[in-house]
Amino acid sequence: MEKFTRLDGLVAPLDRANVDTDAIIPKQFLKSIKRTGFGPNLFDAWRYLDQGEPGMDNSKRPLNPDFVLNQPRYRDARILLARENFGCGSSREHAPWALMDYGFRAVIAPSYADIFFNNSFKNGLLPVVLPVQAVERLFAEVAAAPGYRLVIDLEAQTVTSPQGQVDRFDIDPFRKHCLLNGLDEIGLTLQRAGEIRAYEAKHKSTQPWLFA
Amino acid sequence: MTPQTLYDKLWSSHVVRQEPDGTALIYIDRHLVHEVTSPQAYEGLKLAGRKPWRVDSVVATADHNTPTQHWDSGIKDPISRLQVETLDANMREFGAKVYFPFRDQRQGIVHVIGPENGATLPGMTVVCGDSHTSTHGAFGCLAVGIGTSEVEHVLATQCLVQKKARAMLVRVDGRLGRGVTAKDIILAVIGKIGTAGGTGYAIEFGGEAICALSMEGRMTICNMAIEAGARAGMVAPDETTFEYLRGRPFAPKGELWDRAVAYWRTLNSDPGARFDRVVELNGADIQPQVTWGTSPEMVDTIGGRVPDPAAIADPVRRGSVERALKYMGLEPNTPIGQIRVDKVFIGSCTNSRIEDLRAAAAIVNGRQVAKNVKLAMVVPGSGLVKRQAEQEGLDKVFRAAGFEWREPGCSMCLAMNDDRLEPGERCASTSNRNFEGRQGTGGRTHLVSPAMAAGAAIAGHFVDVRKDF
Repeated sequence: MEKFTRLDGLVAPLDRANVDTDAIIPKQFLKSIKRTGFGPNLFDAWRYLDQGEPGMDNSKRPLNPDFVLNQPRYRDARILLARENFGCGSSREHAPWALMDYGFRAVIAPSYADIFFNNSFKNGLLPVVLPVQAVERLFAEVAAAPGYRLVIDLEAQTVTSPQGQVDRFDIDPFRKHCLLNGLDEIGLTLQRAGEIRAYEAKHKSTQPWLFA
Repeated sequence: MTPQTLYDKLWSSHVVRQEPDGTALIYIDRHLVHEVTSPQAYEGLKLAGRKPWRVDSVVATADHNTPTQHWDSGIKDPISRLQVETLDANMREFGAKVYFPFRDQRQGIVHVIGPENGATLPGMTVVCGDSHTSTHGAFGCLAVGIGTSEVEHVLATQCLVQKKARAMLVRVDGRLGRGVTAKDIILAVIGKIGTAGGTGYAIEFGGEAICALSMEGRMTICNMAIEAGARAGMVAPDETTFEYLRGRPFAPKGELWDRAVAYWRTLNSDPGARFDRVVELNGADIQPQVTWGTSPEMVDTIGGRVPDPAAIADPVRRGSVERALKYMGLEPNTPIGQIRVDKVFIGSCTNSRIEDLRAAAAIVNGRQVAKNVKLAMVVPGSGLVKRQAEQEGLDKVFRAAGFEWREPGCSMCLAMNDDRLEPGERCASTSNRNFEGRQGTGGRTHLVSPAMAAGAAIAGHFVDVRKDF
């Protein structure tokens, strides 16, 4: 997994609540057996005016000029500012893969759906939770200032605005540790293989039908 | 001893190790696998030179990409075919307890085949790279949807890294009225608590109206726990559960069955067990539900009207409703009963089991699909459901009315195969998500019960099946 330590990035605002994973990466692109290449189809139905299918040359497709990511001022954004319950719906990990492949390294929102939140950490995409009022303020600041950037410092757990305003965020210490060090969680768990085997033997003796 | 919830019991019986901060390694008993979220996990396993920890915990099938007609000609879309063939290859290389490939008699939607084969049992932990894994909680399991990295993690270690969720009880007392179903209960719950109302919770469904439901009904309820934001939904196992499981292929037999049932009887919330949140509904008050927007919480009763954004004070919510009505092509204040449909889809992991098909067939019987309905289709949840329905003559009822009777799969719930809405088409659907584009780019989905979908097919618009049939 890619490490996440400190990010100084351009911010793009996506001003909608309940953005679902079908919107983030529509199902026709889930047929891929790879983890990469989803970026050009991130938010496909909102981003392009035509109907997207796998295998199309996305550079030739008509862009929706009204969609925020198509506005030149947000080109090369690294931080997505979003609203409540971001990433709801399907468990598809293709959603964080698509966000990362596009170039995002962090999302800032007041809340996330559980599975998306979880999937993001496994891929080095940092989902920052800030209070509604702080998110509201960031939306206003982004709109007012082209080229608006934020600095996210994971070690310090802070989001710093260009004016120097600092918002602190909470994060699970284990997840923080894994992100800061780019750790392979499977490798960590396998260090406990002995305990897993011991549990399994006991479990088998009490509920043998689960192993029949 | 402190009274425990069902969730407490399921959790504590599967903790391999817990860190002081609450992060736990949870042992997984059943791992359901399908073609869309597994290829990258198996690839990851291979690249790291790892082997699956316990192959006999894996039950697999191909369901998301598979066509629902012309099975003889195989899967036409080469990208879909490659994904299904990749699962075939991974099953050959890594193995499973059982694999039901495309065209197998027992193939079907992963959340239908697990229970019907007795591969989902009370007291288990169940995972699948699919958010609707919550379905299996209907049996008194701890069943959660996971992402592909977690699929790989479970394959390699048989464990999931989790923190315990908070516990919510949704209690539905009272008796449901005629024509009101499990689907209406869960849509009413989501309408009440919202699509993020269950975020961070495991929901136990209880009360008289839940206990009175069949296993099919309980699966419908738990299936959509995720639409309320909860990764897990569950119902305490009881005689209904045991009767459903008795004699199924992978259910325990003989002396083991007796031991298992004795254990399963302990799987319920103790009197006085503490829930972090309790939500109560009266079953007798629940009406048939129809969603009007692009989120499952955008729901009303069949007698209701499409909301008017002008009457909503909160700007974020008003914006959501305005966008939803624009996408759905609906005017504010339109009576739900006047919304006409172009297509009808009866199927999905929410509502494709035998009881669902019976309920729809009872409405359809002897009637004709309305002229304005371009396509009405029934997609059974599995080969076994299809065969049983055919033995009961339900296929003839549907065909005679003008429905198409298809092969099993996920089909138009998420439109990864050829079954989809065209832009602007409006569908009465028994599935679980009415998100923009879910059933096809530009498609407009209204979520309803099987009876209400059948009623819409016959009338050509939404109707109150309690009055009109």
